[in-house]
Amino acid sequence: MAKITFITRENESIILEGTSGSVMQLAVDNNIPGIDGDCGGVCSCATCHVHVDPAHTDKTGEASEIEADMLELNDHANEQSRLCCQLEISEDLDGVVLQVAESE
Amino acid sequence: MEKSALPDVFEEARISKGYGKMNDQDDPVTMILGLKDVRKCAHNWKNFQSGAEPGRIVVPSEVNIRDTRQIPFEVDPPEHKDFRALVEPWFKRPLEEKYSQELKNQIEALVEEVLTLDSVEVIEEFSLKLQSRALTLLLNIPYSEADLWISWGTHVFRSEGNDLDGDKAKILYDYIDEKISEAIENPGDDLYSMLLSATVNGKKLTREEVKGVMILTFSGGRDTVINAVTNSIAYFAEHPESLKKLLEEPEVTGKAVEELIRYFSPLTHMGRVVTKDTEVCEHAVKADTRISLCWASANRDAKVFEKPNEVVLDRKINPHVAFGFSHHNCLGATHARQIMNILLKTLAEKVASIDILDSKENIEDLDQFKRKVGYEYLQVKFNKK
Repeated sequence: MAKITFITRENESIILEGTSGSVMQLAVDNNIPGIDGDCGGVCSCATCHVHVDPAHTDKTGEASEIEADMLELNDHANEQSRLCCQLEISEDLDGVVLQVAESE
Repeated sequence: MEKSALPDVFEEARISKGYGKMNDQDDPVTMILGLKDVRKCAHNWKNFQSGAEPGRIVVPSEVNIRDTRQIPFEVDPPEHKDFRALVEPWFKRPLEEKYSQELKNQIEALVEEVLTLDSVEVIEEFSLKLQSRALTLLLNIPYSEADLWISWGTHVFRSEGNDLDGDKAKILYDYIDEKISEAIENPGDDLYSMLLSATVNGKKLTREEVKGVMILTFSGGRDTVINAVTNSIAYFAEHPESLKKLLEEPEVTGKAVEELIRYFSPLTHMGRVVTKDTEVCEHAVKADTRISLCWASANRDAKVFEKPNEVVLDRKINPHVAFGFSHHNCLGATHARQIMNILLKTLAEKVASIDILDSKENIEDLDQFKRKVGYEYLQVKFNKK
């Protein structure tokens, strides 16, 4: 079980709990605004872009090359950026705080 | 080779140069072929603009048959942003329960119908009907309107042996004009009425702008959806094991949709007009010439995709650009994905197998490249469970 906090674009904190699957799917299933997951989680659409709280980047690890290439051309991307379809829910993510990024 | 295969005709040029050349009505196009280059150029709207003369970024160019600017497709940032924001929520409606249920009802009824027939020409009797009926949901207008669109045939702009048919285009433009007038007289809860009552940047949309959104909605999702659906039928005819997999593992369906769309790439490429002398792939391109972003080539780039020429139904990482990339990514993608998702589930549930009886490939002539994009006709028999 991992507790995951989403901070929406309106600065609302929403805490969800998950055991498996991707963080994107958890967010979509719980209607987190700004996380659309249009492509269903295959790293094609970048509509699940989040900024990982700098204190928690050790929980999420680094983006793969393909994911980093997607983010490279995103106007709202920074060093904290991840596509949360590529974050698998596990105990390692417990307590992570994710800020929903601005839309392209 | 399998009848359902779509060969990658760009490979050699993509690896050796990274670009290809195409003449189109004396307005040549430098085709960008690699995935990274395609993405970079798609993102760089300052050097590679969409807001050129209406029709020019389309290949083949539509400048001789169209004056109306398609919106938001032929508008650049920053103006693009507000137009896109206006239409975006409407084009996300396919995610709503009622919409997807009605779409499911439509697709199931059509599949049931073709299962009773001995022989079906997929394009005319299946894909065109499916696409037209589904479009009534996207516009939020009565189902019966689809009959007229079906009667227009498969192409809005293109007819046999004539890439750009001004008379056919006029049928669509006159129709849209008439429907806009009707919506002004009697506003309803359809897309025309929503646009007519909308404001962007504090100004009401003009009639011409409303027309521009409607032309985009009609033409952007016609050949593309028809090819995606038709190619899917051919694929499943030759891959019954894939239908079985989708039935046994329905959770794979979303990934299968993305993979089929990557593999088919129903829109081969889209143009941009170069705004200043610059270079792409170490090749000089001059201001006021055109480049094209070749989605179909980028989607077979072996630098990014393992086994790029195979359909890997449950491909987990699939950063394809079949719906375009960056600001102008496909507005109708949510609708298209929903159609494909429901189609795949319905076929898996109801169809035992599909036999291809006869077919003729539709080959796009891109000068240097001849690309199969779908079929001229595809005659099949759908077999019941």
